[in-house]
Amino acid sequence: MTTTAPRPTLTGALRGRILKLAERVTTPLVPADYLDVIDPLRAGATLRGRIVAIHLETADVTTLTIKPGRDWRAHVPGQYVRLGVDVDGVRQWRTYSLTSELNRPDGCFSITVKAIDGGTVSNHLVRQARIGTVLHLDQAAGGFTLGTPMPTKILFVTAGSGITPVMGMLRNIPADSVSDIVVVHCAPTSDDIIFGAELRALAARGRIRLVEIHTRSQGHLDVATLHTVVNDLAERHTWACGPSGLLEALETHWAANDISDQLHTERFRSTVITPGDGGLVTFSTTGTTIDSTGAESLLDAGEAAGVLMPSGCRMGICFGCVAPLRHGAVRNLRNGEITTATSGDGVVIQTCISAAAGACDIEL
Amino acid sequence: MTTMQRTDTDPTAHLSAADIANLGAELDAIRDEILASRGESDAAYIRKVIDAQRKLELSSRAILLFSLFPPAWLAGTVGLSVSKIIENMEIGHNVMHGQWDWMRDPTIHSTSWEWDNASPSDMWKHSHNELHHTYTNVIGKDNDLGYGIMRVDEDQRWKPLYLVQPVSNALNACFFQYGIAAYDLEVGRFLKGRVDKADFVHRGKKVLEKVRRQVTRDYVLHPLLSGPSALTTLTANLTANLVRNLWTHSVIMCGHFPEGVQTFAKTSIEGETRGQWYLRQMLGSANISGSSAMHFMTGNLSFQIEHHLFPDLPSNRYQEIAPKVADIFERYGLTYTTGSLPKQVGSAWKKIIRLSLPNEFLTRAIKPTRERNESVAA
Repeated sequence: MTTTAPRPTLTGALRGRILKLAERVTTPLVPADYLDVIDPLRAGATLRGRIVAIHLETADVTTLTIKPGRDWRAHVPGQYVRLGVDVDGVRQWRTYSLTSELNRPDGCFSITVKAIDGGTVSNHLVRQARIGTVLHLDQAAGGFTLGTPMPTKILFVTAGSGITPVMGMLRNIPADSVSDIVVVHCAPTSDDIIFGAELRALAARGRIRLVEIHTRSQGHLDVATLHTVVNDLAERHTWACGPSGLLEALETHWAANDISDQLHTERFRSTVITPGDGGLVTFSTTGTTIDSTGAESLLDAGEAAGVLMPSGCRMGICFGCVAPLRHGAVRNLRNGEITTATSGDGVVIQTCISAAAGACDIEL
Repeated sequence: MTTMQRTDTDPTAHLSAADIANLGAELDAIRDEILASRGESDAAYIRKVIDAQRKLELSSRAILLFSLFPPAWLAGTVGLSVSKIIENMEIGHNVMHGQWDWMRDPTIHSTSWEWDNASPSDMWKHSHNELHHTYTNVIGKDNDLGYGIMRVDEDQRWKPLYLVQPVSNALNACFFQYGIAAYDLEVGRFLKGRVDKADFVHRGKKVLEKVRRQVTRDYVLHPLLSGPSALTTLTANLTANLVRNLWTHSVIMCGHFPEGVQTFAKTSIEGETRGQWYLRQMLGSANISGSSAMHFMTGNLSFQIEHHLFPDLPSNRYQEIAPKVADIFERYGLTYTTGSLPKQVGSAWKKIIRLSLPNEFLTRAIKPTRERNESVAA
């Protein structure tokens, strides 16, 4: 069987030629390295965004308005964006729900961030972000969306900053929509409710029915009694976002009622990595898994297991042994410092001076 | 513990094993201090340098499009020379050392950086980071010691070929980037039959490909883009590469060749402790004193001692730790070798000229005075 490659268009071919020439002119760099100096948000650049406005929502929650690069594609309400933020000079990647209306005339989007205890990035964004700062972005992603057509009866169950993707959806529900929407939201007190005023205004206008649960005075939401506030649970499609405890309770309850297919959940905090001493090390490219102690270097451990490890000085100075840590925690054998990574963080470690501090996945 | 170059005493003889361990601990403490304070301002520094270098290169190359006019030629050539020096020294060398890996910025990372030099970065990283920095000044292990073509230590056996080393060193200075590429490629070892042929050919192709791209850019494309200024842009690019070669060669010669720098026997590093490794770096390197601008243009390799102690610390921090390191030298009774650029370059050249001749020749010419002194002392 033969296949015909699509014929390149004349302009396409010309563009390719010009690009190639430009690369020859700028070698060993690429034209983008110079163009980035001039305009980091231009079309064709690595996706970035610039903070153009900062709005404090509550004492520890802030909304950042971001002007994305030209190649940003419109998101679907409910989706999140991965953000690369330099904190103390170190690039850290986190995901945040998009909270803005679609098709803003200024082309911007917004995210809403809650400062969590000990959170490197969230505290930085809430307390230290400055207008004009350029952040790194991925395209919006995530399947926590209403879908089309939108169901007519909707329940949102959220807690804390779990309201953010839901706000992203509520703001984009057309004004003429006839949907029957209930929002059950949990927060410690009335003042802690992110977008409190806006939610109450929506309720006052009859767009939603809002059930506030102030956990400090009322205690946590008891999923088993949820039907007393929302009596037609089984008729609704439910979107829930909040701490894992809440989501698990909802999942169990919905499964027990055999309506699991009507429940859509979003875990807004990814797995927390707790460093330990030693652990299971997976070299994911070769598919080798070993149980390593916290005392031996990953380089030694890998070599002993027959993995072809790049190596050099074996004392931490030449950077000849660096490899991506895809997931997990390692301890620096020179100074005891712990480095953790989850997928997409782009963390690279020196295997000759790193030991497993819990399960980890090395891309070798 | 060391076979020193013609010094009659071991400069470390007065240090006990415990002293050396303490010295190591003190240096580790300096390192930890920098690691703890490394952060946003350092990241801003390297980004600013890269940004400025790219703007300087772009504008210099733009000016050279009109290099037919002598002032444009001069301004463009000066700008491009400075830009190439910064790109190789403060940026390329240091990024490829992994000094900025901690930022987790994939565009400023030792694993992804490629520099404006004939030698491909991966080969350079192997011969420089791994061999030279691990085996600093160990005769027979550190090929940087005379780059395998020169005799820079009395303990290297003299061969008639070394008679021409003053000339070959001058030539190496002019074509330094190709010298580095040939050196990283281990041409010398290949000629002696000590390198696998297939591997050599494979790496040789990579070098030639890089050289082809570099040459096409500087000597074909940019001149062509300059239209009527083609010839003058060609001479400007040749000049900028020559200036960069001469400057980097001079700076790098000052790192390990000046008088006072120690070399070490292969056997001396067996079972070396961290403290002993530090000690070897301290005695095997020499600094250059001068202004901030000079330090910057050397890529802070003027703090060669600090760089060799802590090759992975950001270069912008060497200056601040230099007094603490000098203080350790002082307290442990060691000599912190340093001097102005002209003095150190002169010293290195003097040694290269002197060692082009066999030791016996020098002994006959110099030793009598020394022996006389010793007999007086005794």
